[in-house]
Amino acid sequence: MSDLGQLYQASILEHHARPRNPGRLPEPTHQAAGNNPLCGDRLSLTLRVSEGRVSEARCDAKGCAICRASGSLMTEAVIGRSCADVRELAERVLAELRTPVEPASGPPAAGVPSPSGVSHDSLAPLEAILHVRHFQGRVRCATLSWEVLEKALGPLTARV
Amino acid sequence: MTGTTEQPSRRASSEQSPGPSGAPFPAHELKRDFPALLLQVNGKPLVYLDNAATTQKPRCVVDAIAEVYTTGCANVQRGAYRLGAKATSAYEAARVSVQRLIVAEHPHEVVFSSGCTAAINMVARAWGDDHVGPGDEVIVSGLEHHSNLLPWQELCRRRSARLLHIPVDDQGALDLEAYERLLGARTRLVALAHVSNVLGTLNPVEQMVQSAHRVGARVLVDGAQAVSRSPVDVRALDCDFYAFSGHKMYGPFGIGVLYAKADIWAELAPLFSGGGMVDEVELERASWASPPRRFEAGTPNLAGAVGLGRAVKYLQTVGIDAVASHERALSTYARSVLEAIPGVVVLGGAEGNAGIVSFTLEGVHAHDVSTVLDDAGVMVRAGHLCAEPLLRRFGLPAVVRASFALYNTREDVDALGLGLRSARGIFGL
Repeated sequence: MSDLGQLYQASILEHHARPRNPGRLPEPTHQAAGNNPLCGDRLSLTLRVSEGRVSEARCDAKGCAICRASGSLMTEAVIGRSCADVRELAERVLAELRTPVEPASGPPAAGVPSPSGVSHDSLAPLEAILHVRHFQGRVRCATLSWEVLEKALGPLTARV
Repeated sequence: MTGTTEQPSRRASSEQSPGPSGAPFPAHELKRDFPALLLQVNGKPLVYLDNAATTQKPRCVVDAIAEVYTTGCANVQRGAYRLGAKATSAYEAARVSVQRLIVAEHPHEVVFSSGCTAAINMVARAWGDDHVGPGDEVIVSGLEHHSNLLPWQELCRRRSARLLHIPVDDQGALDLEAYERLLGARTRLVALAHVSNVLGTLNPVEQMVQSAHRVGARVLVDGAQAVSRSPVDVRALDCDFYAFSGHKMYGPFGIGVLYAKADIWAELAPLFSGGGMVDEVELERASWASPPRRFEAGTPNLAGAVGLGRAVKYLQTVGIDAVASHERALSTYARSVLEAIPGVVVLGGAEGNAGIVSFTLEGVHAHDVSTVLDDAGVMVRAGHLCAEPLLRRFGLPAVVRASFALYNTREDVDALGLGLRSARGIFGL
C-alpha cells in the first residue's frame, strides 16, 4: 500500500463519510470542546457517564477526514468502558500518536512493540488512526478528539 | 564583501510565458538557481507553491550569507579595524539596495527589523502609543493577515481607541465607499495590506492613502506579499510606513524592513534601547543616535541584511515588472485549470490577482487536499492562512492556497491540477 493509501485507509474514509455517534447529547454529564488553530478543525464531545462508565458519547467534528474519523473511532472505543479505562486508553493513544517516526522507516510490523512500549495488538481497533503518526503534519488532526476526551473527563486525580 | 557576482541563470528575455514586452519569461532556467527545486518527491519533481509563506532562496543569497560568516564576520559600526569597516559598509550597502528597491528618498528611512511582524509592532508601540489616544480611531481592512490586525487590536485596547474595519465584497475587493465613510477627524491611522495573502488582491493603496491624508491620518502598508510580486514605490504611494519581510522575497529569515518617512523617524522615540543606538550616555540619562541607528538597538543582523541586499539584486536582475506579469499570467492560468475541475471553487474575483490563488474542493477538506498534493510532490498551504476574519467573511473554516514565485511554471500548475483530480479519486468523488 502506498503511504497515502495507509493514511486514507478504507476505514478512515468510511468513518469520515459516515461518522458514528455524531452530534451532541442533549444532557451530557461531561463535555469539552477543542480546536486546532493551525487548520481550523473544531470538535466538541459530549458524554454520559453513569456508575463510573461511559454509557453514551457523541462527537461533533468539523474538520478534515483524519479529525472526523479519529473522533468517530474514539466514540466507538470509549462507549461501555469505565472512566479509568478510557483515561488510560486516551493516554496510550496520545503517546502512540505523539511518538515521532523516522520518515524513511515505514510503519512497524503488526504486534511489534512501539517505542512507547505499548503493543499494537491491544490498540488494534484504532490501528488506522495510529498510522497517522507516520504523517508528522497530520498528527494534530488525529490527536484533537483524544485531547478533548481527556479534557471532558478531567484530570486523573479526579478519578472516581 | 560585495557578495558573489553570480547572476540569475538568464535574464527575463528568452522563453516561456510572455512578459510585459511580449518576451518570454525564463522560469525554467531560473529554477536552476534554487537548489531545493531540483529535489524529487516520490520520484516526481518537487513543485513548491507555498511562496506566500516563504520563497525558496537562490544560491547567490545563500552564498552571500555564507561569505559574511566565513570571511566577513565582524560587528557593524563597532570595530575601527578593517574587518569591522567592511561589515559596516556591507550592512549600509544593503540598506541602500532596499532604499532603491522601494524608491525611498533617503537610506535612513529604511530601518532593519527581524521581520514584517516586528516592523508593524514597532509602529504600533513606538508611534501608536504616542499618537493614538482615548476615543481615537484606527482603520484596518477586513482582509488583513493577523500580523496587521492584532497589533492594532492591542494598541486600541491599551489606548482605549476604536478599531474600525473596511468591509470586503464578494469578489474580495475592499468597499471603498464604506472606507471613505469610516474616515474622519478621529482617524489616526489606516493599516492596509498592499496585496492580500489569501486572495492576491492588489489593493488601491495610492488612492486610499490620499483619502486618509485628507483627514490627517497616517497610513501603514503591509507589503509582505507585494515586494516580490509587484513594483513598489513608496513615494508614489505616499504611504507613511511600509513594512515587509526578507524571507518572502528570496532573502533570509530573521530580517525585515520598516520604511517610514524621514520626518516621522526624526520625531520618534526608540522602542528598544541598548548598544549602538545612542549619541551620549551618562549614568542617569542618554541621548539617542539619529535614525536609522536609533531604531536598531543591539548588534545588527549583518548576514540577514547582506542576504536581503543580495536577494534585492537578484530580483532586480530578473526584473520586477517581468516577475509581476509572469505571476499574474500564472494566476490566470491556474484559475482556468482549477475551474475545470468539478467541485473546485476559487475565492475572489478574477481581476488584479497578484500570484496568489485560494480555493476549496467540495467534499475534501483543505488539509486532506494538501496531504494528497504533498504525496504528488506539490506543496501548498491549507488552513485559515492567518486571516481568520477574512475566511469567516466567506463562511469558510479553511482553504487551500497556491502562491507563485518567479521560478514557477505552467507545468507546476498542471501538477496541481493532476493532484486535485487524484484527491477527488481517493475520496470517491
